[in-house]
Amino acid sequence: MLDFLFNTDIGLVILTFAKALALLVPLLIGVAYLTYAERKVMAAIQLRKGPNVVGPFGLLQPFADAIKMITKETIIPSGSNRVLFVMAPMLTFILAMLAWAVIPVNDGWAIADINVGILYLFAISSLGVYGVIIAGWASNSKYAFLGALRSAAQMVSYEVSMGFVLVTVLLCVGSLNLTDVVRAQSKIWFCIPLFPMFVIFFISALAETNRSPFDIPEGESEIVAGFFVEYSSMSFGLFFLGEYANMILMSAMTSILFLGGWLPPFGIEPFTWIPGPFWLILKIVLLLFVFIWVRATMPRYRYDQLMRLGWKVFLPFSLIWLVLTAGVLMAFGLLPNA
Amino acid sequence: MAFLDRTARSLLLGELVAGLSLTLRYFFKPKVTINYPYEKGPISPRFKGEHALRRYPNGEERCIACKLCEAICPAQAITIEAEPRDDGSRRTTRYDIDMTKCIYCGLCEEACPVDAIVEGPNFEFATETREELLYNKDKLLANGDRWEPELARRLELDAPYR
Amino acid sequence: MITQVLFYLFAAVLIVSAAMVVSARNPVHSVLFLILAFFNAAALFLIAGAEFLAMTLVIVYVGAVAVLFLFVVMMLDVDFAELRGGFQRYLPVGAAVGIVLLVELTIVLGGWKLAPGSVKAHMSPTPANISNTEALGRLLYTDYIFLFQASGLVLLVAMIGAIVLTLRDRKTSRHQNIRVQTERSVAETLEMMTVELGASTNRSGGFLRPKPPEPEKVEEPAGGHGHGHH
Repeated sequence: MLDFLFNTDIGLVILTFAKALALLVPLLIGVAYLTYAERKVMAAIQLRKGPNVVGPFGLLQPFADAIKMITKETIIPSGSNRVLFVMAPMLTFILAMLAWAVIPVNDGWAIADINVGILYLFAISSLGVYGVIIAGWASNSKYAFLGALRSAAQMVSYEVSMGFVLVTVLLCVGSLNLTDVVRAQSKIWFCIPLFPMFVIFFISALAETNRSPFDIPEGESEIVAGFFVEYSSMSFGLFFLGEYANMILMSAMTSILFLGGWLPPFGIEPFTWIPGPFWLILKIVLLLFVFIWVRATMPRYRYDQLMRLGWKVFLPFSLIWLVLTAGVLMAFGLLPNA
Repeated sequence: MAFLDRTARSLLLGELVAGLSLTLRYFFKPKVTINYPYEKGPISPRFKGEHALRRYPNGEERCIACKLCEAICPAQAITIEAEPRDDGSRRTTRYDIDMTKCIYCGLCEEACPVDAIVEGPNFEFATETREELLYNKDKLLANGDRWEPELARRLELDAPYR
Repeated sequence: MITQVLFYLFAAVLIVSAAMVVSARNPVHSVLFLILAFFNAAALFLIAGAEFLAMTLVIVYVGAVAVLFLFVVMMLDVDFAELRGGFQRYLPVGAAVGIVLLVELTIVLGGWKLAPGSVKAHMSPTPANISNTEALGRLLYTDYIFLFQASGLVLLVAMIGAIVLTLRDRKTSRHQNIRVQTERSVAETLEMMTVELGASTNRSGGFLRPKPPEPEKVEEPAGGHGHGHH
């Protein structure tokens, strides 16, 4: 049986399928409970309890939300391009799932351990822009379109500084493979020498996923949900889930690039008994808490302030830090000679 | 110097950290949510809720059809028709309050010279059809009979201030 | 075996979407088919073993260039019926030009000669311990550094050209100084006063209205902290 799985073509396909399921099903449950966690954490920060009626402590709330969304009527605006209208949220959701193919949850446990992992993740984030643009345009509504264009411009601007931060990490690692990135942090996690890059990456991740304080494109009080104003029921649900899946993806990327992925904080005995995936999940959960914490704390950036931040503050800073890092690595002979 | 101060504070994300620490402190504070159907918030004796028509202790209805309440109602929610009763006293034959028009301002209670129409403490009288919210005299009198002890107590408590 | 099937699949989709780019009626559909074509080209690169190039194709072409195309196409208000009109009238001339180009293409491709060295290089096995990215890096930044810098310069000049062509600094436009806005602190804007019951702030000694931000000078505004406190 093992021989069949590992050596034949069909066996490999089945094995990959099984690995993907083993990763995606917990991920989808995680996405559902992230919506619940967001409501509870934001409520706690605002001195109130969140949902606590549906199950014990409100734990069945995501299922109630899912049932509500599925049973609502899907309205497609007249004059909209039907195919594109329905395809846009699917695209967003698919991309959020696709990126998980390269995330290593333990040493050697990535579904696709390609040696351009970082580039693949970057490519998937660049593609996320399309879901937004197509949704806005296919809605056949001026406000949706404007919201989509703004959101697309925002995402593209913050990808630039994310790219430079990635290059900085790359310099310290010497390889584009994500497993190598984690292994290179076995002595010290990159968030310590590259702390400003960690902060910039995290804030750019907030802007990429259209989260507060960068959520003008989907501001509920400003332009009534921006680019997905015309969406209802399951299409809206898919956007919503796609956004949360993107959040989890960005947290996973941050923990792999800066917080040591599946490595325990100290390589000593009590910590190494706990398996790697647990550490990764713990770090992801902490970062998601920070996502929600920031949402409950900061007021929204105005659009021109947001663009100025991306281009005039983050870009020069990450560029300078990149040159600085390269200089320091060369001067002290710390370049990884992969 | 001020420039350095501001630059340092902005690079070290001073105000962001201050804001985040405030919200984190609030995260651990006790929550103020009350568990509604089983716990309710406090209500003052002047709370203006569901209307009721009161009676005298000997059982006679207080309302004498003076129509002051109908005149003062800002939403014109009260409709009154009056006729002498069999024993010659002045009484209403029809006293309707349209609870969907009523704005619960309490002016009718203030205007009534005999404390007949009052607003009680009840706010949980939602119905499933609109017709049930168009109260007539029987409904209001029945309310009055049901809530009398509490209505009397509220009037007592508020008397010094009226 | 699977590689062959995938190759034919990707190549077929690539050709079909490329054909749809030129024949779709809606320009937005054209761009979307172009994006599909780029994707399939990236997949073909992957099959050929050039994974860095495949990813870069997706990041640069699909993630940036096609987004720009899409922006422009979505915001244009072109009357396509008028643009495509007159097809029948220009068909003979167009066909003649097309045939001439086709003949030229065949002549050029027919005289294609492979350099003798390249055939041998193609047959030699790819070194296993060096990744695609590293191999490209070793070649690009050492032997071809001037070409690399020159292409960077070309892009820079294109950017400068775009800005020069479109930036119009109108004297009447009003700017906001965002740096000043975000650096505002509580001390400069709020002043807490204790005012006795029934008094106005004027009677309690007045308050310092917060000054509007200075355009260029950076100094602390005169403190109003001592006013009005009891």
